[in-house]
Amino acid sequence: MTELLERRAVVSGIGQSAIGRRLGRSALDLTVEAALRAIADAGLTRDDIDGLATYPGGGMGGEPFAGPSTPDVHDALRLRLNWHDGGGEGPAQIRPVIAATLAVAAGLARHVLVYRTVTESTAQGSGGRLGIGAVAGSGSDRGMPRFGGSFQWMLPYGAASAANWLALVAQRRVHEFGLRRDQLGWIALNGRANAALNPAAVYRDPLTMDDYLAARTITTPLCLYDCDAPCDGATAVVVSHVDYAPDAPSPACHVNAVGTALRGRPSWDQFDDMTTMGARDAAASMWARTDLKPADVDTAQLYDGFSIITMVWLEELGFCAKGESGPFVEGGARIARDGPLPLNTSGGQLSAGRLHGFGLLHEACLQLRGQAGDRQLARQPEVAVVANGGGPIAGAMLLTRGTG
Amino acid sequence: MPAEPQADLRPLGRGPSIRVLPRLDDTNRFFWTAGAEGELRFQRCGDCRRYVHPPAPRCPYCLDGGLTPEAVSGRGSLHSFTVNHQQWIPGSDRYVVGLVTIEEQDDVRLMTNVVDCDEEALAVGMPVEVVFEQVEDVWLPLFRPAAG
Ligand SMILES: [Zn+2]
Repeated sequence: MTELLERRAVVSGIGQSAIGRRLGRSALDLTVEAALRAIADAGLTRDDIDGLATYPGGGMGGEPFAGPSTPDVHDALRLRLNWHDGGGEGPAQIRPVIAATLAVAAGLARHVLVYRTVTESTAQGSGGRLGIGAVAGSGSDRGMPRFGGSFQWMLPYGAASAANWLALVAQRRVHEFGLRRDQLGWIALNGRANAALNPAAVYRDPLTMDDYLAARTITTPLCLYDCDAPCDGATAVVVSHVDYAPDAPSPACHVNAVGTALRGRPSWDQFDDMTTMGARDAAASMWARTDLKPADVDTAQLYDGFSIITMVWLEELGFCAKGESGPFVEGGARIARDGPLPLNTSGGQLSAGRLHGFGLLHEACLQLRGQAGDRQLARQPEVAVVANGGGPIAGAMLLTRGTG
Repeated sequence: MPAEPQADLRPLGRGPSIRVLPRLDDTNRFFWTAGAEGELRFQRCGDCRRYVHPPAPRCPYCLDGGLTPEAVSGRGSLHSFTVNHQQWIPGSDRYVVGLVTIEEQDDVRLMTNVVDCDEEALAVGMPVEVVFEQVEDVWLPLFRPAAG
């Protein structure tokens, strides 16, 4: 295979702010804390950082969801940038990490700081949010905002949250594949078991299948424990040119391949196959860029904003056949820390907190480095896959310890 | 299979307690007001004859034909559904969010509320037909089990 540009990039540093429920700190404060930790972890100073990127940044959904804009972080750290990029459209939450790999490969920057910050728990405490990305409309007789764009097809029907939209995926899978709630429950139970070993996780109390099955319904067939836990926190990584890898204090995590495709319609309701959606295309495009195979993956950090999304990724990434993720996760042994495919080893978003994709990336790097503390996998991984997003929003990345 | 969560005995609602409405403009007004004449309308291509949804400036299939709103039968099938319990909008009873594929074309779907249907009777693939609910200047297409 010809040399891929993304192989010229590594994750050289990682850092997280305090993470928790209702921390009451500003998004920018948390971001700066995570950024300084990631920069120091990479063995760099802020003077070395010449690139900056985030998802989604200013202008999408308001600060509790979006975090601070790149200009805010740029100025707070008084960076001197050669390349900068913020935005919410692209291959899911991992989009700016992919963009950063290409920027360092192209020589536009050498060390890019990439961050994702949420303060949704604090926001929830002061009134909450309506679904994801709900934005102010205008023009109403009743003082109610009205909506154009894609929201107009969903909001009139009370399909106000991604929980509803993904419940449609789940119910279609019940119909086509015989998916059962207790199978879905293993994603939640696995996350909670792993979170018990993660001091930063927001939910660490044991969760049983009886607890899961008795939980209140959000939108059938999804219950409370199928939905991730809003939290406050920032995650930052430094993406550097591969030339820097020997100088990084911690083992660099090499980008082996990225998955960016979206071949179906970019829509929650019109996508051709409602059992899978964007994960199908992002996963296929990632595997087309590498000689590694699903069997080479030592740990999977797969998006679990809702448990059903993780099930979809397991299939589309090739860890089991289409429609077989229910039986695959049943009993939990295959996805446990001591199983063949340790999954969401930090607890994932369901239990560690909704860090919106970047918590999964952070955990993949920790595991590859052998720095995951009590939850470090006994067999230190050499290959990790990170997948972000659900519905028509999907992006993936294959990371390796060493040049793979 | 272990027990399901305690049954909620309240009747299903027809939708959320408050309808958040679309903002009408020249591109979508034909769709959201067609219910005034009891019709469900989609744009249709004059060349390839396919229906187009959501509304588009030109046919996205053939990139050639002009698009004109045209009535369809109002019949379809339920592609998927979910019974919403969460009070995203306070005061709502449980309601059904459905995804309906229109009879005329299998890649045209509408998110909607399924009404006049018991929860136990909901099934993927069930035939449904349109009914309209007027709120202000908008006629929302809802779907109920098809007669017969
Ligand atoms: Zn056409």
